[in-house]
Amino acid sequence: MQHHQGAHADAAIRIDEARGRFSVSRAAYTDPALHAAELEEIFARCWLFVGHDSELPKANDFLTRTIAGRPVVFLRDKAGAVRCLLNICPHRGAQVTRQKRGSAKLFSCIYHGWAFENTGKAISIAQAETYHPDFNAAGANDMVPVPRFESYRGLWFLNFDANAVSLADYLGNAREYVDIVMDQAEARMQVVGEVQEYSARANWKMLAENSTDILHVETLHPTYLDLIRTNSEGTIVRGRVQGKSIDLGNGHAVVERVASYGRPIARWIPLWGEEAKAEIDAIFARLVKSYGEERAKRMAYNARNLLIFPNLVINDIMSVTLRTFQPSATDYMEISVWAIAPAEEAGKPAMARRLTNFLEFLGPGGFATPDDIEALESCQRAFAASREAPWNDLSKGLGQAPDATDELPQRVFWLAWRDRLMQRKAT
Amino acid sequence: MTLLANLTRAEVEDFLILEAALLNEWRLEEWRALFTEECRYLVPNTNGDPYAPPESSLYLIADDGHHLTERVKRLGKKTAHAEYPHSRTRRLVSNVRILERAADSLKVESSFVTYRASQGVTDTYFGRHEHCIVEVAGALRILEKRTILDMETLRPQGRLSIIV
Repeated sequence: MQHHQGAHADAAIRIDEARGRFSVSRAAYTDPALHAAELEEIFARCWLFVGHDSELPKANDFLTRTIAGRPVVFLRDKAGAVRCLLNICPHRGAQVTRQKRGSAKLFSCIYHGWAFENTGKAISIAQAETYHPDFNAAGANDMVPVPRFESYRGLWFLNFDANAVSLADYLGNAREYVDIVMDQAEARMQVVGEVQEYSARANWKMLAENSTDILHVETLHPTYLDLIRTNSEGTIVRGRVQGKSIDLGNGHAVVERVASYGRPIARWIPLWGEEAKAEIDAIFARLVKSYGEERAKRMAYNARNLLIFPNLVINDIMSVTLRTFQPSATDYMEISVWAIAPAEEAGKPAMARRLTNFLEFLGPGGFATPDDIEALESCQRAFAASREAPWNDLSKGLGQAPDATDELPQRVFWLAWRDRLMQRKAT
Repeated sequence: MTLLANLTRAEVEDFLILEAALLNEWRLEEWRALFTEECRYLVPNTNGDPYAPPESSLYLIADDGHHLTERVKRLGKKTAHAEYPHSRTRRLVSNVRILERAADSLKVESSFVTYRASQGVTDTYFGRHEHCIVEVAGALRILEKRTILDMETLRPQGRLSIIV
């Protein structure tokens, strides 16, 4: 079975170096067998983003989430440690908590009343006297934690494979780009408000492709470009994109380029007014002091679209967003999106600018994201014609001089996808 | 302010029905004209406090007058791909209540169901609107419209590309 799916995955990618052509079978977005293989070889083996530690500010805070289909509780226990437990009662399998968020020292199952500390430890078994005396010994009835749970710069990831490499090794070269985002805060980055939850009637891999795709901006998002032209009073003219896309290994990739919009850290536009100009100058001066002129310029004036394989996007663009998407079906994904900001912006005009920038482009009510969703869903509808028109093309830039709008990040993603499904990597 | 002071619930409802009709018919510039120049159009996140300040909390939509004007301009373009071709929409507005009568404004709550059909799929949005209505030059105008969604998430709708 595994071997068969591996062969299937191998056949899904066709590379003709001599003619500079890289093609992906449209069946890869629609085939239930490949979807099942992805759940096993990718989603049960790769590090998957769960949440940011600022979402659990106090001891006993918890959030319930669905990660690769599994219900989990992401929580800060009574001692302050962040944990992730499978949200399933060890007794008969009901969800131990059915609340979306809350604060609880204990979880008590509604079905037969088994109760657990927020460390997962079972502390009450209904009618315990009617069980064998050793029934509750040695943690036999504790809630099951996810096999691996590690963090990097406040970002918590789980892995359903107990034998996976460490998160730090998995992130590898991508860490540099996580750092350049997290370093923008004087103290620390934190989530602003709560997660946006939306969806697309499209295969999850299309959002992985889309999130590092700069090529589509002019054609898919002209109404956003019209808005920023108005906002900048003509001071921002979008020309050819200056930057590069980089293969970071393990399927991770980034596109770093000169931004063509105002950035809360730290590029001023006239819409923000003269007062904001002084604030932006001060932020930039702090970056120079902390990191030197060169890195400060890179932080302030460049934008970065980062994909951590398979399904975490960190886009440091007109605002900073974390985005993850769950592969619910071949043709449906559930998308979750956070805004993160330096803690020191809380209550200041800088935060309002950041959120305005976010909503101008991002999220289900933005001037751009709904058009991305439309494009992805349009592809999924058209893939019904795959038998007669079987190939998607991702050739741009193959064997050519590098350009920021190359389809390199998409090729990096698909090659890692193929390697995973063919079980070429032990990690 | 005689208009506001004597306004009945039925008259307020007529105003909300007119607003819904303009949106159903994609007469968005006329819809924008129902608002004051400086105004707010707010759709809080489906998670969290729907009254958290938009300056410090992530909304779904938090337009000021400038952004509302730009949103209407966007939706008038063929390059607003999520809404071109235009979706077909129907807004039902009901359960209208005047919650507060101040000297210069009315706070009005209504319930809504909005259907959106596009590309073979029909999605439903539901919740409540809270309008802050003022009088400008003898006419009713919307100073703020806060649309609080009752859905738990935007799944499977996936977008707020229309004014619900």
